[in-house]
Amino acid sequence: MPQTLEPLLRGHKFFAGLEPEYLSLIVDCATNEVFPADSFVFREGEPAETFYLIREGKLALEIAAPGRGAGSGALVIQTLGEGDLAGFSWLIEPHRWEFDGRTVERVRAVRIDGTCLRRKCEEDTRLGYELMRRFAGLSANRLQATRLQLLDVYGHAHNQ
Amino acid sequence: MRTISDGPQYVQPQATAGAPWIEPQFWQVAETRSEAPDVVTLALTPPAPFEFLPGQFNMLYQPGVGEVPISISGDPADAGRILHTIRDVGAVTRALCGLRPGERVGVRGPYGTSWPLAAAEGGDLMIIAGGIGLPPLRPALYRALGERQRFGRVALLYGARTPADLLFPAELRAWRARFDMDVYVTVDAAARDWRGDVGVVPDLVKRARFDPAMTTAFVVGPEIMMRFTVRALRAAGVTDDRIYLSMERNMQCAVAMCGHCQFGPFLVCRDGPVFAYDQLARWFAIREV
Amino acid sequence: MTEIVDPRQPQLVFPASALDQLLDAIKRRSFRLIGPVVRDGAICYGDITSVSDLPRGWTDDQNAAGYRLRKRDDDALFGYNVGPHSWKQFLFPPHARLSPAERQPDQPFAFIGVRSCELTAIAIQDRVFLGGRHKDPQYETRRDGALIVAVNCGEAGGTCFCASMNAGPRVRDGFDITLTELLGEPGHRFLAEAGTDLGAEILSEAETRTALDEDVSAANAATENAVASMGRAMPEVSLRDLLGDSYDHPRWDDVAARCLTCGNCTMVCPTCFCFSVEDTSGLASTEPGGDPERHRSWDSCFTMDHSYLHGGPVRVSSRSRYRQWMTHKLSTWIDQFGTSGCVGCGRCITWCPAGIDITEEVAAIAADS
Repeated sequence: MPQTLEPLLRGHKFFAGLEPEYLSLIVDCATNEVFPADSFVFREGEPAETFYLIREGKLALEIAAPGRGAGSGALVIQTLGEGDLAGFSWLIEPHRWEFDGRTVERVRAVRIDGTCLRRKCEEDTRLGYELMRRFAGLSANRLQATRLQLLDVYGHAHNQ
Repeated sequence: MRTISDGPQYVQPQATAGAPWIEPQFWQVAETRSEAPDVVTLALTPPAPFEFLPGQFNMLYQPGVGEVPISISGDPADAGRILHTIRDVGAVTRALCGLRPGERVGVRGPYGTSWPLAAAEGGDLMIIAGGIGLPPLRPALYRALGERQRFGRVALLYGARTPADLLFPAELRAWRARFDMDVYVTVDAAARDWRGDVGVVPDLVKRARFDPAMTTAFVVGPEIMMRFTVRALRAAGVTDDRIYLSMERNMQCAVAMCGHCQFGPFLVCRDGPVFAYDQLARWFAIREV
Repeated sequence: MTEIVDPRQPQLVFPASALDQLLDAIKRRSFRLIGPVVRDGAICYGDITSVSDLPRGWTDDQNAAGYRLRKRDDDALFGYNVGPHSWKQFLFPPHARLSPAERQPDQPFAFIGVRSCELTAIAIQDRVFLGGRHKDPQYETRRDGALIVAVNCGEAGGTCFCASMNAGPRVRDGFDITLTELLGEPGHRFLAEAGTDLGAEILSEAETRTALDEDVSAANAATENAVASMGRAMPEVSLRDLLGDSYDHPRWDDVAARCLTCGNCTMVCPTCFCFSVEDTSGLASTEPGGDPERHRSWDSCFTMDHSYLHGGPVRVSSRSRYRQWMTHKLSTWIDQFGTSGCVGCGRCITWCPAGIDITEEVAAIAADS
């Protein structure tokens, strides 16, 4: 039941410091989910109207890459675990998942309905600002990590 | 056998037999082991028990080819079998990686400063390695695990390019199986069959469980990785005087005479390779120094 | 630096015509005499056997990017300052074989005519090659036997600034014999002082007399003249701190636009010590990798190879390489070896084809820091 999810939201790193009244607003859009290991949580190209706060387990962001990934046809670009958040596309047109999200281990997550939350943000722009601030911070961290991966710092000297 | 409590952090044992710096001794290769497609560990037999401190390096010499500094990567408690883990990046390292048991290598050393395990005593120890940065840290990890009661939490954070590039996988598994140590491993990219983490080492720092006020961190890896890892450590509250790095510069004599290994006011062969971050911080900020 | 300290040994005087007696006394002790000679349009250091080999009546006119010899109107034997050579080429030769071990010279060197700046430079290199945990065996062999006959300058060279680097013009210590050439009445003579027992012994084999007050004052006057004629100085600030705080100063861009990174300064500098080690397999050998040899040669921080690491140099731009040279010489050398690396000899100014003047660069940085 939604009421019991408030402590889960409060305990998640993403919502640290958010005022309790906003948490209760968000809870209306939240449901608890469990995904078994080796299952797809979302797939590239599908409509993205949700995001996930990971409470436990490991989720891999994958890209389908025919011929690569040692025969599996997929490359893992990042794994997310406890305290991480998966899903920015609910915020940005055209609201489609950019990657596949596949569980490596069983994942417990809070799923937040993006359409529901977007509506609440339009009604209370301060809530909107608080969420945007947090997403901007996450995006920046994600970008920095991606850049480091791109730099291929461990690569061979002659590749640099 | 020296233990952690011996002396101040930068104790320097005598270089090989006090011989003139230009004369290496020749040691025999006892064993070789392929660690990764371009990485080989040589186990060398010294003519007499060879003591070194974690973090120190030897100059390894191939007559007619050249000489390079290689960190000693084995257990300091084993004075009869000295390990060097070498990545093939040029003519000399290629020659070293191609050696077979029974062949000989010129050795001068040990040189340089060592990981200050004594300074870390009583608190948490984080050993953070990127890529070929793990071999210079392994002796410190061995010594810490050998005197485990002197530390709080001990954690290894290790990042590599892909799963195939992870060094010492059997040891990683053994360390992960211990109850008195945390092991966090990540790679930059992987195929689906990799069940571990994908991401960068600084993000491991964000995830690791440690008390920043009580933590000493030893960090080795490519300079970019070290800079961002230090940033993550500082953001987490670890102070500059408790972060130690191992620096690298062009090294030819290893005895503070040829001038190549300068890094600002430091000679890496003599004042390093292990440095406290608070010594280095301002020099990192200057480009091309 | 004009203060004359009390001599440890009685000061002596001998006529210029007796200088050969001094040189003979040294030769009898099987030293190889090296001294100033005119060669290739400059005063260089080479083998000498007698006074007739010295640059009698010559002087040098030096300024930034300029060096010319000129005839004096007197017979002074040491009436010039320093040329492109320094004594480091004998103590630390430009090329040497490290292994198989090269035979070191049988005869120890006797350096005739060492200026105060050069003596200071030798002491600075002593710290690098002998003062650390490891000694360089080749430098040690050459240095240990060397006899030093120093000369006090009576006039500053065109680019000298030894006084502000506390390296001259008066010779202080580290010598076996010091000479001050005096040209006025009562005649061309040398004031001599022994700094070691060997120096005293050698002096006793020349026709010397005790120095009179007028000899001593003439020598003092010569030193004062050297100080007064010095045309440059470093600012009186801590160069170590000034340059240590100025790594991002815009002046580096300015000098980079002029510097050719030719490395002349490092070749002529009496303290520059960087060397590179090269390994070769002997060409004559039939074995793969047979007849291996190790050589060392003078290197320069101006080369692209100097800071080579992982596929490229750390210092790529000429700006960074000039900055490395100057900050090392004046600032980080102190952190590394406990002394400045600069002795104010002015060679880097004279022999820079772009005429870059290290004192001018420091002054520009000091001016707006």
